[in-house]
Amino acid sequence: MIESNPKSFLLLLAAMTCAVYLTRAGGYWLMGRVTIGPRIRRMLDALPGAVIAATIAPILVQGGLRAAAAMLAAGAVMYIWRKDFAAVAAGVAAAAAAFALGL
Amino acid sequence: MTIPDPQTSTPPRWTLEGFRLGALASLPVLPGLAAFSMAFGILAARKGFTLGEALLMTGTVYAGLTQMVVVESWPAQITVSAGIGIVAVTLLVNLRYALIGTTLRPLLYTSPSYKIYPTLFMLGEPNWLLYLRYHANGGRDPGYLLGTCVTFYVVWVLATIPGYLMGALAGDPNRFGLDMVMPAFFVAMLVSMWKGPRKSLSWVVGGVASVVAYLLFGGYWYVIVGSVAGCLVGAFSDD
Repeated sequence: MIESNPKSFLLLLAAMTCAVYLTRAGGYWLMGRVTIGPRIRRMLDALPGAVIAATIAPILVQGGLRAAAAMLAAGAVMYIWRKDFAAVAAGVAAAAAAFALGL
Repeated sequence: MTIPDPQTSTPPRWTLEGFRLGALASLPVLPGLAAFSMAFGILAARKGFTLGEALLMTGTVYAGLTQMVVVESWPAQITVSAGIGIVAVTLLVNLRYALIGTTLRPLLYTSPSYKIYPTLFMLGEPNWLLYLRYHANGGRDPGYLLGTCVTFYVVWVLATIPGYLMGALAGDPNRFGLDMVMPAFFVAMLVSMWKGPRKSLSWVVGGVASVVAYLLFGGYWYVIVGSVAGCLVGAFSDD
């Protein structure tokens, strides 16, 4: 599906690379030229969480009980043990179990 | 965190010893990093990327969360609209790097640009946190930052390969729950970012807005709709 048009893939990748580098270097460069007020700071603080929520919420709605089981397991393990790796493993195991049960 | 006095601080030296210390300090984070990169490899394989494409993205974009978000919702065909959407998501997801960069300025500004800007290409949150801690403990060698960044970069790119092979070999990904690697990791990240219900209102709004946009319009832009809605709520809620 991507192979059908390698040029647009490379072009898109180049644009993404530029976009990410712009954010990495841009803040450092801008510092001293622009001051970040409390409102913008709060917005930037809220951004990663909002992006993650916006990404996974449709998966939860679409994936039904299987997705819910996986996310619940991952969240619970992360809450208790604070280990990303264990949380991902628990989420995957819960999804596999739900699949075996026919959910 | 102390900010050096511009009058008294001498330009810091970038040493190999600092590089070594930075690399060593990265070790505890590497298993998690490798797991994340493997998860990206699995996802890329599932979405029909070739190994070369996956590695190229991992080595150039080099932003785990962005790669996950973008590849998870990768369009069947790259249209101009989808391309703009993807670049917009990339910018949005990584705006937080700009904030990280602003906090590094007072710690690194005496260093020459030709050393700083290539280092910033590989900057991520863990490297930033490690360097802040090092600096707070009196460390002044920017080689430390380069050391953690390079270590992360190498591990990140290499760990995509076994992940990709796992994803490509697994057959029906649902059977092994591999399609839930990314959502599970995201949930884990949200749990570690949890700072009480008030701070998380933006997540709820972001999630609901995203679902509504997804159900109404389908396509790709639901991530942006949800993200913008969420961060606007964040901007206008008090601490």
